[in-house]
Amino acid sequence: MPARSDLHKLLILGSGPIQIGQAAEFDYSGTQALKALRRLGYRIALINPNPATIMTDPDLADSTYLEPLTADFVRLVIAKERPDALLPTLGGQTALNLAMELDRDGTLAHFGVELVGAKADAIDKGEDRARFQEAMHGIGQKTPRGELVHGTDQARGALERFGLPAVIRPSFTLGGTGGGIAHTEAEFWRIVEQGLQSSPVHSVLIEESVLGWKEFELEVMRDLADTVVVITAIENVDPMGVHTGDSITVAPSQTLSDVEYQRMRDAAIAIIREIGVETGGSNIQFAVDPSDGRTLVIEMNPRVSRSSALASKATGFPIAKIAALLAVGFRLDELPNDITRVTPAAFEPTIDYVVTKIPRFAFEKFPGAEPWLGTQMRSVGEVMAIGRSFKESFQKALRSLESDVRLGLAELNDRELGELLRPNPRRIQAVLEGLRRGWGVDLLRGATGIDPWFLWQLAELVGAEAEIRASGDPAAWSAAIWREVKAMGFSDQAIAELTGSDPTAIRSLRKSQGVRPVYKTVDTCAAEFEAYTPYHYSSYDLEDEVAEAERPRVLILGSGPNRIGQGVEFDYATVHAVWALSELGYETVMVNSNPETVSTDYDTADRLYFEPLTFEDVLNVVEREQPVGVLVQLGGQTPLKLAGPLSQAGAPLWGTPATAIDRAEDRAAFHALCGELGLRQPAGAVAKTPEEALTLAGQLGYPLMVRPSYVLGGRAMQVVGSPSQLQSYLTSVYKNLAGQPSLLLDRFLENATEIDVDCLCDGRRALIAGVMEHIEAAGVHSGDSACVLPPVSLSAALLAEIEASTVRLALALGVKGLLNVQYAVQSGQLYILEANPRASRTVPFVSKAVGWPLAKYAARIAAGQSLDDLGLHSPPAPKHYSVKEVHLPFLKFAGVAPQLGPEMRSTGESMGIDALAELAYYRAALGAGQRLPRSGTAWLVGAGLEEVAGDLRKAGLEVSEGEPADAAGALPELLIDLTASSLLRRALEGGVPIVTTKEAARWTARAILAASRCDLQVTPLQEWLS
Amino acid sequence: MLGRERALLVLEDGTVYRGYAFGHRGETVGEVVFNTSMTGYQEIMTDPSYYGQIVCMTYPHIGNYGVAIYDMESNRPYVQGMIAREFSEHYSNQRAQQSIEELMRDHGIVGISGIDTRALVRRLRSGGVLKGVILHRSVIHPDDPLGDFDPEEEQACVLAALRHPDIDGRDLTPEVTSPLPHAFPTLHRGKRVVLIDFGIKHTIIERLAEVGIEPIVVPAQTSPSQIMALQPHGLFLSNGPGDPAVPRYAHETAWKLLGLLPTFGICLGHQILGLAVGGRTFKMKFGHRGANQPVKNLLTGRIEITAQNHGYAVDLESIPGQQFRATHLNLNDGTLEGMVHARYPVFSVQYHPEASPGPHDSRYLFDRFVEEIDAFDGATGLPVARAKSLI
Repeated sequence: MPARSDLHKLLILGSGPIQIGQAAEFDYSGTQALKALRRLGYRIALINPNPATIMTDPDLADSTYLEPLTADFVRLVIAKERPDALLPTLGGQTALNLAMELDRDGTLAHFGVELVGAKADAIDKGEDRARFQEAMHGIGQKTPRGELVHGTDQARGALERFGLPAVIRPSFTLGGTGGGIAHTEAEFWRIVEQGLQSSPVHSVLIEESVLGWKEFELEVMRDLADTVVVITAIENVDPMGVHTGDSITVAPSQTLSDVEYQRMRDAAIAIIREIGVETGGSNIQFAVDPSDGRTLVIEMNPRVSRSSALASKATGFPIAKIAALLAVGFRLDELPNDITRVTPAAFEPTIDYVVTKIPRFAFEKFPGAEPWLGTQMRSVGEVMAIGRSFKESFQKALRSLESDVRLGLAELNDRELGELLRPNPRRIQAVLEGLRRGWGVDLLRGATGIDPWFLWQLAELVGAEAEIRASGDPAAWSAAIWREVKAMGFSDQAIAELTGSDPTAIRSLRKSQGVRPVYKTVDTCAAEFEAYTPYHYSSYDLEDEVAEAERPRVLILGSGPNRIGQGVEFDYATVHAVWALSELGYETVMVNSNPETVSTDYDTADRLYFEPLTFEDVLNVVEREQPVGVLVQLGGQTPLKLAGPLSQAGAPLWGTPATAIDRAEDRAAFHALCGELGLRQPAGAVAKTPEEALTLAGQLGYPLMVRPSYVLGGRAMQVVGSPSQLQSYLTSVYKNLAGQPSLLLDRFLENATEIDVDCLCDGRRALIAGVMEHIEAAGVHSGDSACVLPPVSLSAALLAEIEASTVRLALALGVKGLLNVQYAVQSGQLYILEANPRASRTVPFVSKAVGWPLAKYAARIAAGQSLDDLGLHSPPAPKHYSVKEVHLPFLKFAGVAPQLGPEMRSTGESMGIDALAELAYYRAALGAGQRLPRSGTAWLVGAGLEEVAGDLRKAGLEVSEGEPADAAGALPELLIDLTASSLLRRALEGGVPIVTTKEAARWTARAILAASRCDLQVTPLQEWLS
Repeated sequence: MLGRERALLVLEDGTVYRGYAFGHRGETVGEVVFNTSMTGYQEIMTDPSYYGQIVCMTYPHIGNYGVAIYDMESNRPYVQGMIAREFSEHYSNQRAQQSIEELMRDHGIVGISGIDTRALVRRLRSGGVLKGVILHRSVIHPDDPLGDFDPEEEQACVLAALRHPDIDGRDLTPEVTSPLPHAFPTLHRGKRVVLIDFGIKHTIIERLAEVGIEPIVVPAQTSPSQIMALQPHGLFLSNGPGDPAVPRYAHETAWKLLGLLPTFGICLGHQILGLAVGGRTFKMKFGHRGANQPVKNLLTGRIEITAQNHGYAVDLESIPGQQFRATHLNLNDGTLEGMVHARYPVFSVQYHPEASPGPHDSRYLFDRFVEEIDAFDGATGLPVARAKSLI
């Protein structure tokens, strides 16, 4: 059966802003699907309000709607586009839930839209816990004993039957939001109530605990001819009890014998058939009792997922792409395996390496939240590494994380270290430290539940560390010893630390013995067939498989694991750079370690190296590929901080020179430059010690913005209003910072409006691409502030000054590519806050707002083209307003006040476009998940909200001002609270939109009013930009 | 960890891989093949079809889950040697009783680890199967196991590999077949099937018993009359090692019994059927060995993921008179994976529906065999008459 010819137009739903549990993997999946389906000639309409995605680029779909993923907006799009079918399995839980809603309310039937990929009944059967259990029992599969409860009375009964610990899982939530494991009765009631609230259908499943059992996931695909294949098994190193998104996982499974694996495979196949997922991928989770092998089915996701993205990267089998093709009628045996070309996609990948995934967390940004891990996912990103052994793969993954989670563990006493064997982000490091202290595998197994096979592997690593340490001078090592050590994954840096040497010396000793990595190929077939896809990873084996290049190569460094402050925006920029350089005829080489992304799709760059973004690993690739250029400016801080060392090592850096980057980042140099250019800066100073900070602060005057000298995403950044507040910052925040960095003190500009500018410069000429006015006042991190483009409140004179200053600065720095400048306007005065000569996180937003592919332009400039060559003569002048709003993950961090501040905490963003700025804001807010009401009650707490109250009343809302008498009673439809009261947290958990700043309150009220006065329509991005 | 006993793998074409000694300390020579299954090393090692072969596992970690008595495919390992990137010193699995190294030491299986197994596979893929030698350093230098081999020692291995007889042209079934006929203990009575043991895997017998068959295993050289004397309801031709074209007695037995009994052949048994009716087999470049081979069932259109282990294949075109037609094809290279006789209830597959190791997608073939037996019971006396004449 080839592609269905009765379908012409398909509607695809994205997953919205990046959030915990639903991240860049859906951009990867969606982008793959869009490319594959359009190649077949289908017309595609896409809805996704997330501008930072590749999938929402105007040339990937026929009509792209940056509109909120709500039933109302999707209905508008359906009415306008009249698609034949809706493919709901590519946009995560958001898309799946939305498709179900539209099915239930009759929209799909009304407009004659067919669900393809998964039918409503199959989705419901897979997702509804009671139906799922029943289905499993029907085919003889066991599930944990459990009961679906709808209220606290039923929950009491379940507690009596199953006892503690008990697992509580809310129905239909994302990343297990609102669930958890209760060890005590108090915990039980707290989690049950929270779960009932966060479940859209107000039900939770209470289950017997399978804590500590081994955990496996199978990625399964099925086609319409009922052929089923398993793409890979993923084994969780962290046993049951830690959400798989928060677990260290490996592929393939390591500790299952063939008998056990095949039994699980049989079960998975029976399950996908029983649930009735007709085509596409599903993820099925199993728990295995390590004492007797008893296997239980935990859950199934009838859609592509984070794990399927991981499985695709781990095996080379593009699950989302194939799923999309199966959904429109192809059979697996009709589709070729891209990698081998001659064999079909109807097979099961077999691999000859080990893949390790390690999640990355951001608890340091949420003081107050306990960093213990459970069934609710809280990691913000992940890394993957490939090695020819578990040890190599694991050590590569650890260094890909770019966070020194080892820090300080050696200083802990045994009891403190023992505490860290409970699930937490540093647990694996605590295990390693325990092994160094001679703690046995049995003890660690008892404390962690981690399978002994992994513990033995780690013990062997720790044993090797001791041997390396004892082996004395590495200068005496033979090539064989070097190979053995490197094959275990030890970095030059680690060897240097163990032998008291320095990494540069280690590198040259190693190379003098002729020991350097070779690059192997990910080929889906363990080398049985020739691979045509240059998807490589390093290993210390003998044979290198990299083909000689035919054209000059350019290396593009990716951005590593997603984290708060460095997210999918940078992946977006690097992917655009790849495309631009490819258009110029270069062979593009991508280096990255993040499995969730489009950049690590083997289809993106001409060559893909799945490698850690460390100096050693990147330089190895540079030495192997001998590129004519290396691009570091598009992947955020991760590649940027390699600019200096790579440049010194002789790598040909393209774009803005490293010296210009230093000049912008070095405070004194930048201060001098601003002075020369006549740019006003807020008064500031650098303090080397806490004492000096107090003295200098006294001279500068309060309030002050204080932060450590290195800064990403506003880490440890605070506004202090008095000496005592500074004192408390020094004792509570600064004290815990690694390395006791210098402190930067700047006069804080109160009530100032912040401005973000993105500018393109070719060294001779500079052009402003976009000026964004922040909605929240200075003091809220620019990454967490909503913004509007073009600005709405700046005078023409001020705008001219901003443009002139930016151009001057770009030329003075010698920028060749992108420059992002942040300004503040206070009482009509313009201050420059900082300048970053690299792609900023606003690049995709601005690109979509003005219709300029900024990252592509930047890459072309880096390759030597001028603005004239690009045909860019004057700044773009969009006739519409674009608003960016952010998604904040407060819901996942119990006990944290949902307040904005100088520390960035948003995980993702949404975009709204409209001819009216207020309506653009309305769309962006809804897109970010703020369900702004059109009727009902709004509570306003805080002073100066009279105008807001007036607007809301005019829009038809009931407004109650001041803290309500009955704060524990029913929640309103909107809460505006400027006083940081405890109401905020309750409202947040109750799903009520919350607004915490006066500026946002004003915009929100105006947006609701504007929306109430018009009949909202939807317009595709392509139309706005034409 | 750092510094282990050295070992060599030397191929007949002179390629030398330097690694570490594993398993029984010694020297071995055989045909080097690779298997891409990520699990099931124990089943592979104890599968008699690997007799005479040194198996390189492409998955880099072997031994992780130890060795379980329940997972033996025969009474001992039959591989001539084992190659892996890394053998796990420690294993973890509640079903296991010993480590892979213990199994290898108990049965004298020589292994090598630490070599670039992927390079080896690519070598075999492009150049075809080669003979090779594994040599442990302690065999020739018991006092200095950690040292390097010298070039003459490596050269001696090349010669040993070259001198070793090819599998092509050899009948290896006598080395692995049961010495005496025996019944498999089962509660089933009635559907008696004679299993000609060319090196049968235990799981095949189990699968047959599971579908209600009473299996009687007979040695490879059992004559047709001896077989018919057992009054069977069906005939099964097993898997096994070696060149299928050599054991003429087996072709003859299959030919004489053709049409008398519902017959099912697996792997070597499939090839013997093809040869029995006048067809030819050919040696493949590097064979199919793994658990992910896609096979299309031409009767249903469905794809089965199959376990395979064969270096020879039947050339369907060579079978005179279209006596057999294809039922299964390999999707990777289009080779014949299954066939059925045009007139008789005789069918066979090149792959391993019993799996072990591998996917269970094709277990239905055992049910089909039982259906053929049941249908045949009510058939006319013609075959029975022919059977009498044989006795």
